[in-house]
Order: sequence, then C-alpha cells, then structure tokens
Amino acid sequence: MLIGKSKKIPSSEMTPENVYINRREFIGKSAAIGASTSLGWRSSDFGGLRERRFLQKDWSKVRSELDEELTPFGDVTSYNNFYEFGTGKSDPARNSHSLKPRPWTIEVGGLCDNPGTYDLADFIKPGKIEDRVYRMRCVEAWSMVIPWQGFSLKNVIDRAKPSGSARFVEFQTLNDVEQMPGQRYGVLRWPYIEGLRLDEAQHPLTMLVTGVYGTTLPNQNGAPIRLIVPWKYGFKGIKSIVSMRFLEQMPTNTWKRSASQEYGFYANVNPDVPHPRWSQARERRIGEFRRRPTLMFNGYADEVASLYSGMDLRIHY
Amino acid sequence: MTDSTFGLQSKKRLRLIFLRFFIWFAGMTPAVWLVWRLLTDQLGANPIEEVLHRLGDVSLVFLLVTLSITPLRGITGWNEVIKIRRPLGLFGFFYLTMHFLTYAVLDQTLDFEFIIEDVLERPYITIGFTAWVLLIPLAVTSTKGWIRRLGKRWKNLHRLAYLATTLGVAHFYWQVKADTYWPTLAALLIVGLMVYRIRGNRSGSWPQVLQSRKH
Ligand code: HEM
Repeated sequence: MLIGKSKKIPSSEMTPENVYINRREFIGKSAAIGASTSLGWRSSDFGGLRERRFLQKDWSKVRSELDEELTPFGDVTSYNNFYEFGTGKSDPARNSHSLKPRPWTIEVGGLCDNPGTYDLADFIKPGKIEDRVYRMRCVEAWSMVIPWQGFSLKNVIDRAKPSGSARFVEFQTLNDVEQMPGQRYGVLRWPYIEGLRLDEAQHPLTMLVTGVYGTTLPNQNGAPIRLIVPWKYGFKGIKSIVSMRFLEQMPTNTWKRSASQEYGFYANVNPDVPHPRWSQARERRIGEFRRRPTLMFNGYADEVASLYSGMDLRIHY
Repeated sequence: MTDSTFGLQSKKRLRLIFLRFFIWFAGMTPAVWLVWRLLTDQLGANPIEEVLHRLGDVSLVFLLVTLSITPLRGITGWNEVIKIRRPLGLFGFFYLTMHFLTYAVLDQTLDFEFIIEDVLERPYITIGFTAWVLLIPLAVTSTKGWIRRLGKRWKNLHRLAYLATTLGVAHFYWQVKADTYWPTLAALLIVGLMVYRIRGNRSGSWPQVLQSRKH
C-alpha cells in the first residue's frame, strides 16, 4: 500500500485546502476580530486545538499503514525544528506568529519549459488535496506519526515540464528576517535550501503539504506549504517554500553545507549508517518511553529502495 | 569575652547560617523545578530529552560555579565564601549523576549493548563519561576525614575538577548541532578560570597582582 491509510479516509470527509483558504479570506473580510482566533493560526491557540476545536473529524481511530497511533496534535505543533524561529524545540511554536503565510508567492524556475510565479492557490491547483498518514523520523533519533494533507509533488513538477537536462530540484525557504527572527543569527546559512534528485521528487510518496490534522498548516510546521519525504530524515522536509528550481547539478542542502561529515544530500533513514555522533539504530517515538528499532527507509523500503539500487548508502548518506 | 567580640561572632554565625541556607536553596532549586515541571506536565513532547538536557546544563553550571569560588575569594577577599565550595561541587556531582542516570535508565532503558557502544564509539559520550568517572573519587574524598587523611595529596587530587569540567565543556560543545553560543561561553569561562589559577600559582594571588599594578 503506497499512501498509508489514505484509502480508509473517505474523501467526502476531507475539507480541501482551498476551502480553508477561501474561508479564511472570507472571514478576514467580513469579521476581522473573529478571523485570527477562529481559522487563522496563532501559536497561543494550542489549548483550543488540543481540544480539537478545529479538528473536523475524530482522528483517534486513524492509524498508519503499520497500525501505529498518531502522535497527538499538541506534540506535532509544539516540538519542532525550525531554526528560522530559534534553535529550541519549543521556539517555533512560540516565535512563528511573525510569519505571514498569506498572501504567499512561489517561484518555479530553472531548467524547465513552463517556469512561472504563482500565488499559493494557483501553485497548488494541479494537486488534489488528500490525507496521508506518514512516519516522520528526525535525524536526532525521535519520530512521530502525522496525518498530513497535501498532494504529490509530481503534480507541480509535471506542470513545470522540466527539460531533459534537469536532474535535481532545489527548494528554498523564505528569507526574511522580519518574519523569521531566527535568521538574525548565523547558526545556519540562510535561506534554508533543500534538494531532491528528480526521480525522488517525482516519487508518488513525495508530498507537498498544506495542512495537518485537517487544519491549515500551522506556522511552526512550515506554513503555508512544505515538503515531506517520508523515507528521509526530517530536515529534508523544507518548510515555508518560496522557490523551486530544476538543476543539472546536485544542489548543496543547508545541513550538508553546515557539516558535510554529518549530514548528506540523500539523508535516507538508515538504521545501519550511524550519524557520527549518535546511533541511528533506534528512535524514540514521541509519546513512548522505550526506544524502538528504526526501520530501513523509515518503513518505506518496498516503495523506494529501488531508487538507490547499486548505490553505497554508507557513502551516499 | 567583651561585648564587641561577641557581636562579631554572632554576626559571623549569622552569615554562616545564611550561606548554608543559600547553598541548600541554590542546590535544590533545579531539582524542585524539574519535579514541578514533571508533575504539571510541562516537560513538553519529549520529556526524557528535556530532563536529560536540563540536568546537563545544571551540572555544568554547578561545576563552573564551584571552580569560580577560589577566584571569587581572591578577587573580593571574601574568605568565608570558600565554605560553599564543597557543597556546590557535591551538588554538581549529584546533578551530573542524575544526568548520567537519566541517559542510562530513561533514555537507553539500561540496554547495555547500546550504552557500551555509545561510551566507546561516540566521542562526546566518551569524554562526558570520562568526566563523570573522574569526579567520582573527588566526591568520595570530599569528607573531612579524607581531607585529613590525604593531606597535601588532597589538593592535587582535587585539581582533577578542572580536567573533568573541561571535558564536560567539550562534551557540551560536541553534542550541539549548530548553535554553539552557550558551549562557547562555557569554554571561555573555563579557560579564564584556568588562566587565573595558573597565573595565581606563578606570581602570587590575583589581589597581589592587581594591587601591584595599582602602585
Ligand atoms: C562533566 C560531565 C558532563 C557534563 C558537564 C555534561 C553536560 C551536558 C550538557 C550541558 C548537555 C547539553 C544540554 C543542552 O542541550 O542544553 C549534555 C547533553 C548530553 N549529555 Fe552530558 N554531561 C556530562 C556527562 C555526561 C555523561 C557521563 C553522559 C552519558 C554517558 C552524558 C550524556 C549526554 C547526552 C546523551 C546528552 C544529549 C545529547 C543530545 O541530545 O544530542 N553526559 N550534557
């Protein structure tokens, strides 16, 4: 089964992302006071979200294709690595209110026949928003199970029509210190950059995400649109994307630039290749006590292992 | 005994009581704070990591403050402050042991296969572990009896605190992913403390050095 449990969630139950966007805008125009507290995201809304005020359906029965329970919404939205808002895990939830995810523009360029600059709603048009439950494995050896809403990245790649020489896709995060106060500090080089090989990017599991738990993607999770590549370490899932370019050469992703002995381009989840400073053999599932064994390709080996046949994953970590 | 000497003594005793109270207050506050956060569910999504990290921070702070006491006395001329050095060091060792136990019991659930691999193969754990082991004999010999028994050797043995704390700082630096602000600060402090001690040993104490500069 390719897309996790998505088949178990009837599409009639889902609220397409563009409905959220429209409703937001509508409320924004008609009732300025209610807007920010009802549908707009603010990190101080945690309490309400924990009470599932926005959560359109009962998520308690939803599980991953390996029958794993979902990580609670409060944990998914309060324990984040998003250095643009600070290096602590709770910094993004605290500081990301300064990010303005609407209006949002995304540039598509590089080696492709159909480049363009899109408003968010136009950018996501080729995709059909669907629910997907994915494991998320951080390189720091913790993990979550998260119900995302989004669509396959392939949809927007197909629209861009990459030319024959394009072999990689590079993404960039917003670079704006006013909205992202953590960019004042040189802990990483800004803007954050990530990349995928074109075949990885076109893989049906690779996903552009606009929502989580049926609600608009919170700022701390990478609003308004982020990448999720479930068989790779979490840092590959670049957040708050503003540009996407097709390249012939492999781009240098931010963490690789920061410490290339420790973080590679591929960053496939692999229990047999330890990070130089810690083992990757086990992970702590958030909410659980004892560490559990890490699965090859984060449990997606059947779907993706063939992408790397013949490659030495110790060298291409 | 005249009135004035009695007044001096009781003042001194009062100050000692105050110091004792202060040291217990300072020593217990981090523990109370962590237990409070645990009981009120404020440790976040990954409580084990949170406890591990905060205990690491606290033990390093105690070790650094302990090593700062002698310079503090030298610079301020406040002799009694030396009385809190031993309890501070012991609190440091206590929190460090809790840090280690959090790692071994809660984080690794006593899976020795993984603990041994970590201690042998991950340099930052290797040096952290070395630092903790080095501090065990210091904690054991911190009693009055041992101070008497070891005589001059006691001082030499307890210089190991500098080595152990330096290893602790290196351990801190090494485990950080990108933000080296705090470990850098800790490293500057430990270098400063060692420079102070080495200069103090060579050319008399700092107050003398400072005073001789004034002349
Ligand atoms: C003098 C000795 C030690 C000192 C001063 C020390 C201090 C620290 C500090 C300050 C941190 C970082 C906390 C933060 O992120 O704010 C840390 C992390 C850590 N320490 Fe220690 N520690 C020492 C010994 C040990 C020992 C003996 C072990 C286990 C064998 C250990 C295991 C760890 C682990 C696993 C981490 C977390 C690393 C991570 O999350 O990536 N430490 N320590």
